[in-house]
Amino acid sequence: MAEFRMPSLGADMEQGTVVEWLVKPGDPVRRGDIVAVVDTAKAAVEVECFDTGVVERLLVGEGEVVPVGTPLALIATEPAAAPGEPAPEPMPEPAERVEAEVRVEPAPRRPRPRPVAAVPVTPIIRKLAAEAGIDLSTVHGTGRGGAITRHDLARAVHHAERPAVTPYARRLAAELGVDPAAIEPARAGPVRAADVRAAAPAEPAPPPVASTVASTAASTAATRAAEQRRTTDMRAAIAELMSRANREIPHYHLASTIDLGTAMAWLHAHNRAVPVAERLVPAVLMLKATARAAAEVGELNGHWLDGTFHAASTVDLGVATALRGGGLLVPVLRDAAATPLTELMYRLRDGVARVRAGRPRSSDLVPASITVTNLGDLGVDLVHGVIHPPQVALVGFGAVVERPWAVDGLLGVRPVVTVTLAADHRATDGAIGGRFLHAIEGMLQRPEEL
Amino acid sequence: MNRIIDDRVAAELVTASLLTIVPDADVGSLGEHTDLRDSLELDSLDFLSFVEQLGRRSGRRIDEDDYDRLRTMHSCVEYLCEHGMSRPQP
Repeated sequence: MAEFRMPSLGADMEQGTVVEWLVKPGDPVRRGDIVAVVDTAKAAVEVECFDTGVVERLLVGEGEVVPVGTPLALIATEPAAAPGEPAPEPMPEPAERVEAEVRVEPAPRRPRPRPVAAVPVTPIIRKLAAEAGIDLSTVHGTGRGGAITRHDLARAVHHAERPAVTPYARRLAAELGVDPAAIEPARAGPVRAADVRAAAPAEPAPPPVASTVASTAASTAATRAAEQRRTTDMRAAIAELMSRANREIPHYHLASTIDLGTAMAWLHAHNRAVPVAERLVPAVLMLKATARAAAEVGELNGHWLDGTFHAASTVDLGVATALRGGGLLVPVLRDAAATPLTELMYRLRDGVARVRAGRPRSSDLVPASITVTNLGDLGVDLVHGVIHPPQVALVGFGAVVERPWAVDGLLGVRPVVTVTLAADHRATDGAIGGRFLHAIEGMLQRPEEL
Repeated sequence: MNRIIDDRVAAELVTASLLTIVPDADVGSLGEHTDLRDSLELDSLDFLSFVEQLGRRSGRRIDEDDYDRLRTMHSCVEYLCEHGMSRPQP
C-alpha cells in the first residue's frame, strides 16, 4: 500500500488545497497519471501519481487544506502487501466509497443502497434533505458516529447540482475549445480533464478570430477575481522566499562575457536542417551548458540545509519563467545534464507553456537543485540574481548581442552573452564560482557536444 | 498552388497566430509599426511558436533568416504578401 502525499511544489510551499480529485476509489492509476488538482499560493497544479496500482481510499476531501507531506490517498500497489506484513490501514469504510460515488455519479444518479439506519440523522437534516431532493443514504456523514451534518448536506447538494463534467474539465474544455457535453467519458463517471484532452484536436483548430476575441473577453471577466487573488498570493510567496534569501544568504556575484559565435552558427545550421517544430532557441544551449557545468562543479548543485551543503545527485534545473500579467514560476527540467538537446527543448517548451497557461504539473514544480534566469529576451545585458533558498546558486543570462570582439589579435563583430553567477558564500568561495562560469564558457564553444 | 494574398487576409493570419500565443492580447489596438515582440512580451519560445503558427497557416516554411521580417504587423503583412501562400487557410 502506497501513500499518495501532498507534494512539495516549490521550496516556499507549506500547504496546499485539494481542489479536485480526478480519480476515485477503485480506479487503476499509473505512475505519472494526473490524479488531483492542488491549489498552492502560486497556481492550480495538476498533481501526478508516483505509484502504479489501484486507488484504495481518498483520505482528504475536495476543498481541504493540508500541510505538505499529508497522506491524500492510499494506493494499493502491485503486488498487494507482502504476506505477514500488517495491513497499514483498515479496509475502506463503506462511507468513503459512497462519498466518492456521490461525487462522480452522472445524472440520473444510481446511488448504491446502504442501510439508512447506520447513519444517525437529525429531523432538521432529514427535512432539509427532502426539500433539496437528496437521498440521505448517499451522503457521507462527517459528524460524530458518522452523523450527517448541515455541511455534509450542503456538499451533497452541491455535488448533485454539479453536471457530469468536473469543473476542472469544464475549464480545460473552454480553453481548448471543446464542447464537454459532446465528450464520451473514458470510464463511468463524469467527463474528466483527461477526456477533454483526448477529445481536443492535437493541434487545436484556430477558431475564427472574432469568436476567439469574444470568448476570451467573457472568460477574462469571469476569471479576473481569481487571477487577482492568485497574483496577490504569488507576490506574497515570492516576497517571502526572496526576503529569506537576502536575510540568510551571503551572496557573492561573478560575471563573464562569452563569445557565442560558434554556438550561434551551429544553432542556425541545425535549425535550417530540421522541421520548424524541432528548432532550438539559444536559451536551450545555455541551459544545457549550465546543467553540464553544474554536474561538473557539483559544489554549486544542491541545497544548504541545517548549516551544511547537501549535493544533489542530478542537475534538476529550475528555469525562472515570467508570467504574463506578473509573477514568476520556476518549471524544473529534471536531470537536465543528461537530457539530449532536442528533448530538453521539448520539455522546456511544454513546461513553460503549462506554467504560463496556469496549468503546471507537479513534475514541473519539483525542487530544483540550481536555477537559471534568462532575461535576455527583455533586452537586459546583465542579471544580478537572488538565489532561491535552499539552493546555493543562481545563474543569469542576459541578451545575446553583437559586440566588437578581439579574436587572435583581430577585431570582429561577434554575438556575445554575459552570464552571471550569484552563489551562496556559506557553501562555496569565488574560486569555485569562477571554475563554474569557465566550464559554461567551454561547453558553449563546443555546441555539437552539448 | 501559389496565390497572392491580400493585406487583410495576411493581417488576419498574423492576428490569429498571435492569439494562440497570447490569448488575451488586444492585437487590433497595436500600431502597424509596433514591435510585436516588445509590446506582447514574446520571448524566444513564444516567437518560435508564432513562427510555427504563421508557417502552418500560410503553408510555407519561415526560415530563421526571415525572423527580422516579422517584427511588426506591417512587416509581417508585407512579408506574407510578397511570398504568397501555397495552402491558403482563412
